[in-house]
Amino acid sequence: MMQTQDIQAIRDIIRRAKRWDAFFGVLGILALMVGVLTFMTLFVDMAIQGMGRIDANFFTNFPSRRAEHAGILSAWVGTLLVMLVTGLAAVPLGVAAGVYLEEYAPKNWLTDVIEINITNLAGVPSIVYGLLALGLFVYQFGFGQSILSAGLTLALLILPVVIVATREAIRAIPQIIREGSYACGATTWQTVKDHILPYSSAGILTGVIIGMARAIGETAPIITIGALTFIAFLPPLPFTGVPPAGLLDWLFAPFTVMPIQMFNWTSRPEAAFQTNAAAAGFILVLMTLAMNGTAIWLRYRLRKNITW
Amino acid sequence: MNNATASNASAHANLAIKAECRNFGFHYGDFQALKDINMPVYDKKVTALIGPSGCGKSTLLRSFNRMHDLYPGNRYQGEIIMQPDNTNLLAQEVDPIEVRMRISMVFQKPNPFPKSIFENVAYSLRVRGMTNKSELEDRVQHSLKGAALWNEVKHRLNDLGANLSGGQQQRLCIARALAADPEIILFDEPTSALDPIATASIEELITELKEKVTILIVTHNMQQAARISDFTAYMYIGELVEFGVTDQVFVKPQKKQTEDYITGRFG
Repeated sequence: MMQTQDIQAIRDIIRRAKRWDAFFGVLGILALMVGVLTFMTLFVDMAIQGMGRIDANFFTNFPSRRAEHAGILSAWVGTLLVMLVTGLAAVPLGVAAGVYLEEYAPKNWLTDVIEINITNLAGVPSIVYGLLALGLFVYQFGFGQSILSAGLTLALLILPVVIVATREAIRAIPQIIREGSYACGATTWQTVKDHILPYSSAGILTGVIIGMARAIGETAPIITIGALTFIAFLPPLPFTGVPPAGLLDWLFAPFTVMPIQMFNWTSRPEAAFQTNAAAAGFILVLMTLAMNGTAIWLRYRLRKNITW
Repeated sequence: MNNATASNASAHANLAIKAECRNFGFHYGDFQALKDINMPVYDKKVTALIGPSGCGKSTLLRSFNRMHDLYPGNRYQGEIIMQPDNTNLLAQEVDPIEVRMRISMVFQKPNPFPKSIFENVAYSLRVRGMTNKSELEDRVQHSLKGAALWNEVKHRLNDLGANLSGGQQQRLCIARALAADPEIILFDEPTSALDPIATASIEELITELKEKVTILIVTHNMQQAARISDFTAYMYIGELVEFGVTDQVFVKPQKKQTEDYITGRFG
């Protein structure tokens, strides 16, 4: 039978052991705060600085020499169009590569080498992609300093993210589901089309959007391929030109994007332009947050019906 | 072993053989999991594979529908001959998909697809190119009735398969296996994840199914093998120790090893 003093001893041991729990809890909160507070400070500071500048005109005006008339029309339209190209290029390429690696590729040293390469690609500095694109898309393929060149450059940049996200989403599907499909007599493609892609679409979409959210803020590769910093006209809207050749006019139009507009304004001496830069930055962060929010919502929606 | 097969075969000379393992062996990479298996599977009978964990009974079962082809480094030896066409299921030139269209499978853990009840059953038909809606509906209904699930789900065919209970999910998987009108159904410990009531309903179903289809079942549960099977194969460390009529194997096993296992002295 246990004595009262034994129980007391056990309680002391537990109390002493639990101190570490409390210690790590506090340490963890502090570590978390470094990240969260830094972001919040930047965001709030930008919001306070730029908020006064944000009105309808800010979105509908082209850049101007006079800060109070300058807007981000060409920048946000350019960003949306470049992102459209990026998405259209990166999603099919990345998903196809990911599906191939998971479902088709034989497991051998070559696949291992490719895997390591993809992981490394994700770590290549973005300006290197800019240089590659300058040589390849702008000059070699003759796409010029266009929306197409920029979109493809950013697509290359986020391709590893899309591939890795695709593979992870596919790996989350239990093997028994795959076996169930094959046992029904399905081919590999039928299994991919009817099961693998539908069940992994939430994870893939999340990866795509997170990749796009990274691409939307990229400046270096876009400057490298020669985006304009001051542009007072809009590219033609997609698929509105005179068919057939005119349909693709928008792809070859010169453009600017949000981060470049910001960069341009911050390099001006007048304080009013700094305010513009802060306002544009605020909008850019909102765009990113909106994309991440969409990713979370889509993941929730698409996963609701998927249980193993 | 050969003597045992011979005596049983003569006792059942009037039974047709649906499939037969001839000198069958299997390697996972360098590891020989099965060796020299010779065993008939009789048409429209239930054949149970029993034996302790790791004896290779699931490996043998999964060879019948070439499931091992999905993974690298696996190698078959010998033959599994399917009747009436005398096809060697393991031959290089026989497409595993063709084999799986003739032999369907029910797994240990119910694995309905995250789709509707209807689509789960219809999938076996869709991979065979069936697109006609009313034909699909007929076949799905027929299969769900065959799996004794129709009355429970007829008003909610569009619900997710995952919303069913474990036993219902397993019957849904049986309906999926039945839909394609297979010649053999493989059951890999189909009740090991189910409660006793669901187990009883699956066992009853298997007994009904053998009217129409040949059944090969792996089970850990010897009472189950005794209850539902017509023939029993006892396996141990990759070898077939004894094969015979279930009643004989359980009441009067010819090998000491089999007797020890089924009486619970080891295993």
